[in-house]
Amino acid sequence: MALRPDLAIIADAVPSSARVLDVGCGDGELMEALRAKGVDARGLEIDPANVTAAIARGQSVVQGDANRDLADYPDNAFDYAILSQTLQTTERPDRVVGELLRIAPRAFVSFPNFAHWRVRLALLWGGRMPVTRLLPVAWYETPNIHHVTVSDFRDLIGAKGIGVEAAWYLSGDKPTSDAAASWRAEHAIFLIARG
Amino acid sequence: MASALHQIQHQSVTIPAPLPLDSGQSLPSVTIAWQSYGALNADRSNAILLCHALTGDQYVASDHPATGKPGWWARMVGPGKPIDTDRFHVICANVLGSCMGSSGPATPDPVTGAPLGMAFPVITIGDMVRAQAMLLDHLGIDRLHAVVGGSMGGMQTLAWAAHYPERLGTALVIASAARHSAQNIAFHEVGRQAIMADPDWQDGNYYDKFCMPTKGLAVARMAAHITYLSEAGLTEKFGRRLQARDIKSFGFDADFQIESYLRHQGLAFTDRFDANAYLYITRAMDYFDLAEPHDGRLAGAFAKAKDVRFTLVSFDTDWLYPTAESRRIVQALQSVGAAASFVELSAPFGHDSFLLDVPALDRIVAGALGAGF
Repeated sequence: MALRPDLAIIADAVPSSARVLDVGCGDGELMEALRAKGVDARGLEIDPANVTAAIARGQSVVQGDANRDLADYPDNAFDYAILSQTLQTTERPDRVVGELLRIAPRAFVSFPNFAHWRVRLALLWGGRMPVTRLLPVAWYETPNIHHVTVSDFRDLIGAKGIGVEAAWYLSGDKPTSDAAASWRAEHAIFLIARG
Repeated sequence: MASALHQIQHQSVTIPAPLPLDSGQSLPSVTIAWQSYGALNADRSNAILLCHALTGDQYVASDHPATGKPGWWARMVGPGKPIDTDRFHVICANVLGSCMGSSGPATPDPVTGAPLGMAFPVITIGDMVRAQAMLLDHLGIDRLHAVVGGSMGGMQTLAWAAHYPERLGTALVIASAARHSAQNIAFHEVGRQAIMADPDWQDGNYYDKFCMPTKGLAVARMAAHITYLSEAGLTEKFGRRLQARDIKSFGFDADFQIESYLRHQGLAFTDRFDANAYLYITRAMDYFDLAEPHDGRLAGAFAKAKDVRFTLVSFDTDWLYPTAESRRIVQALQSVGAAASFVELSAPFGHDSFLLDVPALDRIVAGALGAGF
């Protein structure tokens, strides 16, 4: 099966032979693609069924919670940390980003952009929390407790003195430009690095 | 009973080299009984060492010679099973100190020919592992694809990774811990005191006597058996149901099904286990603490094991070796940079879950052993 477009971008961008921690690795789909190109990939995942599936695929995955268990990894244990579609579900995204850049000098962080025009319109005209392709769950049962926009994220890392080495913005499965991202990106992927 | 047990012939080898023990004593030679399943491949790279639990034995997937019952992990080990004997050469050795053919308290004194009894030196998990390494040397197997074990078998697996990290690729540790807790030691002490309080124990010199300390050993087993089950499991299986009667007897018969079940488990155990072996092996487990030689830092034990791939599994209803103990191991492994997998599985059977039907465990075992092979 083809990788989700945001995962494909990350899989492409990670150099082979890198050491990588995939935080919120699900059933190990991205790790499998990474290991196929020689990356030493390990995972952290909260859902035991996903962990079981990933271990059954031969991946190294630890059941744990990104809010707490990143503290168990030593400084610079990895070359890259990956947090894909998970930032908005964490209790304190700012601290999680800090942890990612403690255990690795660089991190990929991807999240759905809450300022996409469809979300803005739904809120503006409908007056209700939007339910979209990337945010498919109603407000009361969504795991996304910290909705974030491309601009919010840029502000956060700017305030923390974190550098951006690359960014990709997806509208549907197609890339969109940096300038249009705030409105047009459904999904953003940042490669950030310690300042 | 024990005499019948000790008349069983086992496949074994006596290695004439001395085995130095953690206690400072040493065994002049060591006998190790073992079973193997599946063929060893030409480059000797497909061997898996399976480590058994406290009252387990080498008859992993074959009928038990004393009870005739199927092997204790027959559901996991065999052709096409998660530990696939069409692919792997699986070796299981009776642990040092046990009673199924390996050196232990029933071993004859080389001078007098009488069973050693309590003159057998106290052994440790580390000593068991050293004896297994001697067996592998004898078999000409330098490196294991994997070491696998549940409960005390998991402790041996961890000790393998700590002492011989270059000799294994994968360590699979199920429902285990890197140390015995005060509670673990406490339950074992109850069992040992039950054995030693039995007048037929006779300071361990019962092998040539008519009476064996079966009552004490049965009580030890009853107490231990409770620790292998979950409260919810016991409630579901037995509740407060009465055994073969409609009303309480107002006496001390086994009125409740749980009493009858435990009495049966205790008694049946004495057909297949030796009381002195139970003392020695429980002691070895109580002495187990991998962090102790490293000033209490467990990571120190794994300093050279960062190239071993670890998989740890705990069960949510296991209160004997709870998830926190597995997590402690995972944290130590992460701090040395070893590749570690860990999952807490949900299963209703308490500590015994590792022996029972838990499909997720089968998938994890197959995946952990298949990786990189």
